[in-house]
Amino acid sequence: MRHTISLLVENKFGVLARISNLFSARGYNIESLSVGETIDPNVSIMTIVTSGDDKIIEQITKQLNRLVDVIKVVDLTEYDHVEREMILIKVAPKPQDRAEVLRLTEIFRGKVVDSSPRTYTIEITGDEKKIAAFVELMRSFNIKEFVRTGKIAIAREGIR
Amino acid sequence: MRKTGAEIVIECLKKEGVRHIFGYPGGVVLGIFDLLYDNKEIQLILTRHEQGAVHAADGYARSTGKPGVVLVTSGPGATNTVTGIATAYMDSIPIVVFTGQVPTKLIGNDAFQEADIVGITRPCTKHNYLVKDVKDLARVIREAFYIATTGRPGPVLIDLPKDVLADSCTPHCPEKIHLKGYNPKYEGNKWMIKQAAKAISKAKRAVILAGGGVIHSEASKELRELAELTQIPVVMTLMGLGAFSGSHPLSLGMPGMHGSYYANMAIQESDLLICIGARFDDRVTGRLSDFAPHAKVIHIDIDPTSINKNVYAHIPIVGDAKRVLRVLIEEVKEEGPHKWDAIRKAWLRQIEKWRKERPLTYEYSDEVIKPQFVVEKIYELTRGEAIISTEVGQNQMWTAQFYKFEKPRTLLSSGGLGTMGYGFPAAIGAQVAHPDKIVIDIAGDGSFQMNIQELATCVTYKLPVKVAILNNMYLGMVRQWQELFYSERYSYSYLDVVPDFVRVAEAYGAVGLRATRPSEVEPVLKEALKVKDLPVVMDFVVDWKEKVYPMVPAGASLSEMIFGDEEKKKGKKKLRAVK
Ligand SMILES: Cc1ncc(C[n+]2csc(CCOP(=O)(O)OP(=O)(O)O)c2C)c(N)n1
Ligand SMILES: [Mg+2]
Repeated sequence: MRHTISLLVENKFGVLARISNLFSARGYNIESLSVGETIDPNVSIMTIVTSGDDKIIEQITKQLNRLVDVIKVVDLTEYDHVEREMILIKVAPKPQDRAEVLRLTEIFRGKVVDSSPRTYTIEITGDEKKIAAFVELMRSFNIKEFVRTGKIAIAREGIR
Repeated sequence: MRKTGAEIVIECLKKEGVRHIFGYPGGVVLGIFDLLYDNKEIQLILTRHEQGAVHAADGYARSTGKPGVVLVTSGPGATNTVTGIATAYMDSIPIVVFTGQVPTKLIGNDAFQEADIVGITRPCTKHNYLVKDVKDLARVIREAFYIATTGRPGPVLIDLPKDVLADSCTPHCPEKIHLKGYNPKYEGNKWMIKQAAKAISKAKRAVILAGGGVIHSEASKELRELAELTQIPVVMTLMGLGAFSGSHPLSLGMPGMHGSYYANMAIQESDLLICIGARFDDRVTGRLSDFAPHAKVIHIDIDPTSINKNVYAHIPIVGDAKRVLRVLIEEVKEEGPHKWDAIRKAWLRQIEKWRKERPLTYEYSDEVIKPQFVVEKIYELTRGEAIISTEVGQNQMWTAQFYKFEKPRTLLSSGGLGTMGYGFPAAIGAQVAHPDKIVIDIAGDGSFQMNIQELATCVTYKLPVKVAILNNMYLGMVRQWQELFYSERYSYSYLDVVPDFVRVAEAYGAVGLRATRPSEVEPVLKEALKVKDLPVVMDFVVDWKEKVYPMVPAGASLSEMIFGDEEKKKGKKKLRAVK
């Protein structure tokens, strides 16, 4: 099963390497990972999406906790939480389809962040399902480029 | 007062109570070496290879419980430490390794003798540091010692760029360290411990599996109290040997691949397995799906990741073995006055039956020296009082089987990594820490050659380390596997050229002795034990055909032991490796 794990880590060089090392050395996979500073500049927050059975997830969270630079590990999957991801997608639709692309973007509450005579660059934010649905729709409009941030997630209520 | 980085290193080491460093010099650390030149409080033991230095620090740590310290230069000096660090990491040994590094401005430029040792050792250290500012140095050193020695111990590495050692500042070292992400848990959960006590009261066929954690936490006394109180027999992993007296009637010795029949049977038939400070290594468990099939498992370990990693724990207790055992003993007593002798009678009788059925034995010969005989003689002559290190291979397993370790910290052996070449330098470290004790490396001819250069170190510092080579002219354990599982195709396991170890020893200025007949074994050992200020190499020319039994083939279950007598009875039976 898929799990979204949120961890607070010391904002020091090498921390990302420690964490990615841990995953690769023990054969766990990382589906997505995002890192950023928190309000406290000494602390960063990482969101890792990984998958495995309960035993593997238990090991992953324990192994992460064991790292000296990891301050806190929360498996958000156990809690009611909100997940978001952002994508930027550049499409080059046929001239007769341009209006349709704009309409779909609006339905998905996306934003056109750049346009050129032949392309639109669209920003979409949402959970996995919404993003997957939008990307699926865009397939018929000649996708030129596609980038995504990786998931970030937060619990709905304070955890402990 | 302002101090240079190098001065801060020395001052911090003094504060940590360090008396000995094992090391090897080179360009970027000469600043520290210069300060050691006339330092009266800290002695540097110059090994002949950086790997030797790390193993020596490791042996120092295992035999004392205090952290071992290493100092080497950048690049090749640093990379030469990796095997030693990985060895210490696998066995949870507290060492602090200082490596030199090129000046900060050159880092990342492929400078002369630059190696990314922090990157290289990340997966095999408990934690590591690159110090970029001399102002951080004192704190980092304090943290390193703290991390290495607390919780589940382990190696910590500090990389010191040359300019940081030359820079100066007024050092500030906080007395108390606060690490947000590091808070080892020592007290076990009270409720869980109560459950454990209940389980112990209910169990009919309980076994204690004691590992290295018992030794790290100095919990031997508590272990003995629990075992004697509840009359539960004790098996010990290789790392745990010595945690419980090997000659105690409740001791069943080592389980696992080369464990005793009765230790393995006791585990397999148990209804309660109390694992203390062990991590269920595959060499201990055999095929996991058939491991201790009837047992409820209590698992006490300071490292949460050890619990439920390989074997599911019905009663997991995260905490320090000593503290948990103390509470557990009280809880067991509270559970009520049990007639433990009566409860365990049938079980202990069964175990005695197994012990009689298949004792650990070998066939004595008065023609050729049996390697097991040498180990037995060493045990007899030292009465289990010596510090014994081993190399890796058959020599290691025979030592584990035939030397009865009486006390903790008397066996130094690379269990997790299985590093050939470990034993001799480890013995050096132990001898430095215990100048008056008998320290013996029970070696293989192959392994000894991996760090044989350390003879020079012993001679230099007048360290009377004894090396007892069980010389079979073979990479014996490899040969054993080839004989049993690879149709006797001895691919590259015969050592065509084995040096004349007696003359090698003499060339180094050490004492060399040889025994080729069983009757010579005891005289050679006695002679060696008399030597007080020189290393002694004893070349025991042993029966090269001898194999280590019992054996659980890799991937088989603990119940599927082979004993070697099958061969004789049924003619040569082909055995297959079980996948
Ligand atoms: C550094 C290293 N290389 C290879 C091995 C694999 N290995 C395990 S036992 C062994 C043979 C050891 O030979 P020897 O030291 O003569 O001991 P014996 O088994 O003959 O007692 C080898 C090669 C190892 N454990 N360590
Ligand atoms: Mg050999």
